[in-house]
Amino acid sequence: MTARTAVGAVLPMRLRPYLDDDNRAFWTGGESNSLMIHRCNSCQSWFHPPAPICRRCQSTDVGPQKSSGRGTLASYTVNFQQWIPGAEPYIIGWVELLEQPNLRLMTNLVDVEAEDLSLDMPLEVVFEAHPDGDLWYPLFRPVGAAS
Amino acid sequence: MTVIGERSSYISGLGQSAVGRNLGRTEMDLTVEAISTAIADAGLTPADIDGLVTYPAGGNGTAKGGFGGPSANAVQDAIGLRLNFYSGSSDGAAQLQALVNACMAVATGLAKHIVIYRTVTESTAQKASGRRGLAGSVAELEGEQQYMMPFGALSATCWLAPLARYHMDKFGLTREQLGQIAVVSRANAQLTPYALMRGRPMTMDDYLAARMISDPLCLFDCDVPCDASTALVISHVDTAPDCPHVPIQINALGSASWGRPSWYEWEDMATFPGRDPAAQMWSRTDLTIADVDSAHIYDGFSIITTLWLEALGVCGTGEAGAYIEGGHRISRDGELPLNTNGGQLSSGRLHGFGHLHEAALQLRGEAGERQLAKQPEVSVVTNGAGSTVGCALLTRGLLS
Ligand SMILES: [Zn+2]
Repeated sequence: MTARTAVGAVLPMRLRPYLDDDNRAFWTGGESNSLMIHRCNSCQSWFHPPAPICRRCQSTDVGPQKSSGRGTLASYTVNFQQWIPGAEPYIIGWVELLEQPNLRLMTNLVDVEAEDLSLDMPLEVVFEAHPDGDLWYPLFRPVGAAS
Repeated sequence: MTVIGERSSYISGLGQSAVGRNLGRTEMDLTVEAISTAIADAGLTPADIDGLVTYPAGGNGTAKGGFGGPSANAVQDAIGLRLNFYSGSSDGAAQLQALVNACMAVATGLAKHIVIYRTVTESTAQKASGRRGLAGSVAELEGEQQYMMPFGALSATCWLAPLARYHMDKFGLTREQLGQIAVVSRANAQLTPYALMRGRPMTMDDYLAARMISDPLCLFDCDVPCDASTALVISHVDTAPDCPHVPIQINALGSASWGRPSWYEWEDMATFPGRDPAAQMWSRTDLTIADVDSAHIYDGFSIITTLWLEALGVCGTGEAGAYIEGGHRISRDGELPLNTNGGQLSSGRLHGFGHLHEAALQLRGEAGERQLAKQPEVSVVTNGAGSTVGCALLTRGLLS
């Protein structure tokens, strides 16, 4: 089995988020190649999804900050079911960001074959632009993989 | 002093509608069948019913979504009930929140005989709108789904498969072990009159040969959508002398959410959010997992069942694979009979209420051909996965 793993070709279409003041930085940071994750300026903890309050100390002095864009593979699945007509197998990954334990994103894994995946392997972000050019999906690939 | 208010409540009536694929009946028709059966089973009439609770809030129609069932308002009006209490919500302890709400209404004295129900017409809805309706039906995503669905994680299968992968990688769970949940359920379904898979036995080879949905979860790790309604009457224990059946008491509830209510950001990859309501439930009773005679554990996907086995303390974290190895312990003649009606994997997605109904039926000793040889005295029911989970402990007869 070969999964679709080229950036821009994993899925025939991607659903869009509705952009608001909480999530805008996360979904548009890719324009400047930045994985923007919310962080608390009071206790310095990171959190996702973005929210107007820190879930650790309840400070509202929070906002998006550029993360390293690096993490490790917490787990994954190779999806075969055609929830979207025409989709070929693709890999859904859970990535734990380096910034903090249990700070995870759901994403697609790209530039890697399913048989080469292993839990805890190091990954880095790569962005896929929406065709409308107004938001960017953070995907992850093995560190050092060719784009 | 801790008040265990749920012990004011017992299950007095049970009602199960027809279960099937594309039954061609409206959600209200199925609901009325289940509720009428449950009320009569309790020896009551609609005039005795003063409470009505459903999961979720109802309301997207027989053919459009098929998931909500009719709202409490709609059912009240259709049957002509006079209510002191009603509610419907998908927030809370999964489908069991309907039971939690009923117990609270009984304990506060707001109502005395409360019908709880769950109606699905997902089979009819799939026929009407197609299985692939999800992607096309959403304009722009908000809430937690915006962080999952853009990546093709369009089904709970995709949200749970990574947990199965994790347990395989870290704890050595095998497909043969996981498959026992499906194979044992299928064997149980052969004795259940309403089971969709009655007459269609399945071997481990069949399971292993099934097509992958979201690896490592295959077709038979996923439950089967159906059309059905399930209803129960929850009554105050003061009325138990008038009940025509052995009263099935609510011994303890678990509704807690202490960790993150998230499919992928739960704090501990080795466990899942069911851990919290399970711990809460055990803190509210002197009974222990060793007292449990039958287990009715949510099986929307097989991996959920194994995670619940660990959360309930049937075995340790990461040990469910070894526990269900070979299927003997969880078979109907094993030490912990599991999903004796075939569960959602083989009876149909009654969506949590099937587990509750079957637990009560077995505790009564009224399960007919599939009644367990050793009469259960204590049963556990769990519902849900991911961000919504709950559990309940039931007893045959009333304990103080
Ligand atoms: Zn903080």
